[in-house]
Amino acid sequence: MANVQQAAGTQVEKISLLRVLGPAHVWALGVGIVLVGEYMGWNFAVGKGGAYAALIACWFAGLLYTCVAMIDSEVTSTVAAAGGQYTQAKHIIGPLMAFNVGLYLVFAYTMLEAANAITLGYLVSQVAALSGYTGELNQTPFIVLTILFLAWLNYRGVLATLNFNLVITAVAFIAIIVLFLSTLTGTTQLHHAGLMAGSASLPYGAIGVVAAMHFGLWYYLGIEGTTQAAEEVRSPARALPFGTMAGIITLLIAATLTWYICTGILPWEFLGDGVNGSVAPLFDASRLSGSTFLMVLLGIGTMFSTMASANGCINDASRAWFAMGRDHYLPQWFGAVHPKFRTPFRSIIFLVPIAILFALGAPLDQVITFSILSGLLEYTFMPINVILFRRKWPLDTIKRGYVHPFHPVPAIVLLTLCAVTYFAVFLGYGTQLIAMVGFYIVVSLWFHFWRYRFVKRGDQFTMPWPRPRGY
Amino acid sequence: MARYVPPHQSKIGQIIDVIVLLVLIVGALRLPLWFDLAGGAKTPAPFNATATWADLGQDTPEKIAAYKALGYDNPDNEALQAIITARYDYTINPVELAIMVIVVVGYFFLIIRFSGSEYKEVIAEKFGDKK
Repeated sequence: MANVQQAAGTQVEKISLLRVLGPAHVWALGVGIVLVGEYMGWNFAVGKGGAYAALIACWFAGLLYTCVAMIDSEVTSTVAAAGGQYTQAKHIIGPLMAFNVGLYLVFAYTMLEAANAITLGYLVSQVAALSGYTGELNQTPFIVLTILFLAWLNYRGVLATLNFNLVITAVAFIAIIVLFLSTLTGTTQLHHAGLMAGSASLPYGAIGVVAAMHFGLWYYLGIEGTTQAAEEVRSPARALPFGTMAGIITLLIAATLTWYICTGILPWEFLGDGVNGSVAPLFDASRLSGSTFLMVLLGIGTMFSTMASANGCINDASRAWFAMGRDHYLPQWFGAVHPKFRTPFRSIIFLVPIAILFALGAPLDQVITFSILSGLLEYTFMPINVILFRRKWPLDTIKRGYVHPFHPVPAIVLLTLCAVTYFAVFLGYGTQLIAMVGFYIVVSLWFHFWRYRFVKRGDQFTMPWPRPRGY
Repeated sequence: MARYVPPHQSKIGQIIDVIVLLVLIVGALRLPLWFDLAGGAKTPAPFNATATWADLGQDTPEKIAAYKALGYDNPDNEALQAIITARYDYTINPVELAIMVIVVVGYFFLIIRFSGSEYKEVIAEKFGDKK
C-alpha cells in the first residue's frame, strides 16, 4: 500500500491514497466518463451501418459491457488496489500482460480525453456561430484550457474532482431525460418513419450491422474505469460492484433514449458523419426541436458530459500510469504521491501534453478509434483473466466480495463479441488496428527484454492469497 | 529460489526510457495519421451540380425538411453531397483479413507466453520453490 516513501532525516513517512469515496462516487466516475458517448461519437455507428444497425450494435455492446461488468466486479472486489485491471493482470496472468493492460488503460482514457476536448472546442464554435459570430473561431485555446483546467483539478485532489463529476454528470443525464420527455409532450417532433424509409434504415444490409459494432462500444467505453478508484473507496467489495452495475443500467437507458431521439430528428447520413456532419448529435437534435430552452440545456449537457468524461479520464489514466511507475514497470519517478494533495501528480502532469497532442490535429473518428482499440484489447484480456483467476484460485480458496454467476458463460460471450468487434473495426479501419497492435508488440518486446530487469520479482505479488494452483 | 535484486537505474536511464516510450507512443498513434493510413475508407460520389433531392436518395418530405432545417436549402451543395453520398467500401480482402487475424492472435500468444515465464519467477520468489 505504501506508494512512496519520503526520507526526512531518520524518519520515513508512508504516504498513500485517501479512502474517501462511496458507491455514488464510483457511479459518477463510471457514468461520468462514459455518458459523453451518448453526446458524441456513438453516431459513427449510424454511418457504418445505418440507424437500425446502430441500435442493434448498442444492445450487443450493452451485452458485451454487462459481461465486462460481471467479470470485473468479481475480480476487482477481490483485487482492490489502484491500477484496476492492471493490478489484476499482475496477480493473475503475469508482468508483461499487466504492462500491456496498463497501457491499454492509459491510451483508452487519454484518447477519450482528447475526443472530449475536440467536442468541447466544436461546441464553443457552434455557440459562437449561433450567437452571431461570422468568422472562423480558433478552437485551440478552448481545447488546451479545458485539458489544463481538469488536470489542475485532478492535481488538487480526488474527492473534489469526483464531487464535481457527480454534479455535472447528473445534469448531463437529466438533460437527455428532459429532451426525451419533450418528445412525449409534442414539443419535439420525431419522424422515424419518414427519415428511415427505403434504404435509410439498413443501407449496407447485414454487414453494416456487424460494422456498426465498432462504434457501438462508444456508448459504454470506459465504464470499467470504476476499478481505478479501488484504493480510494471506503468499502471496495460493496461499492465497486454496486457502482459499476448501476452505471451499466444508467448507460443502457441513456443510450437507447439517445438513439430514439436522434434517429427521429436527424437524417442518417448527417447523423452518421461525426466529422463533417453531426459532431454533437444530441445538441444538433435539440437545435432542430425549435425550443431555445432545449438547445441551451443540451448545449450545457454536452459541455458538462465532455468535462465529466475528460475529468474521469485524467483520473483513471494517471492512476494506471502511477501504478506502473510504483512497480518500476515505468521509471519509478512516476510512482510518487503529492505530499499535500495525496494525488499521483507527476503522472497527471506527464499525460497532459499527450492528450493535447491528439486533441489538436487528429480527426474525431480516428481519435475515437484509437481509444476503442485499446478498450477492445482490454476486453479481450478480461475473459482470459477471469478463467485463469477461477482456475488458479477456485471459489473455496479465497474470499471474494462478489461472485459473478454462470461462469464461464459471460467469459465466452465476451470473447465472441470481442472477435466480432475486431472484424467490425477491420471493416474500414484495418490499418489503424494493425498499427495499434504492432505498437503493443514492439513495446512488449522492449518491456520483456529491457525494462523488466528493473522490476523486483516477488514484490509484485501483494495480495494475501495462497500459492496459485498449478504453480 | 534466490531473491532477484534489480540493478539501480540512473536518472539519465529513466529519462531515456521515458523518451523511448514517448517516441513509441507518438509513432504508433501519429504515424498512421501522418502517412494517411488511418481512418475509414469512406469515399463520396463525384459532385453533381444538377442533382435533385431524389438523385441524392432523399425520397420523403421528412428527409428533405430535416436537411433544410440543418441549413442545406438546396441539393446542389458540395459539402452536403459529400455527407450524403459518402459510403464505406466493405469489400473483404482475404489476405488483409488473414494478416489481421495473425497479428491479433500472435500478439496475445506472445504476451501470454512471455508473461507465463515471468509469472513463474514471481510465484517462486514469493512462495518459495515448490517442494
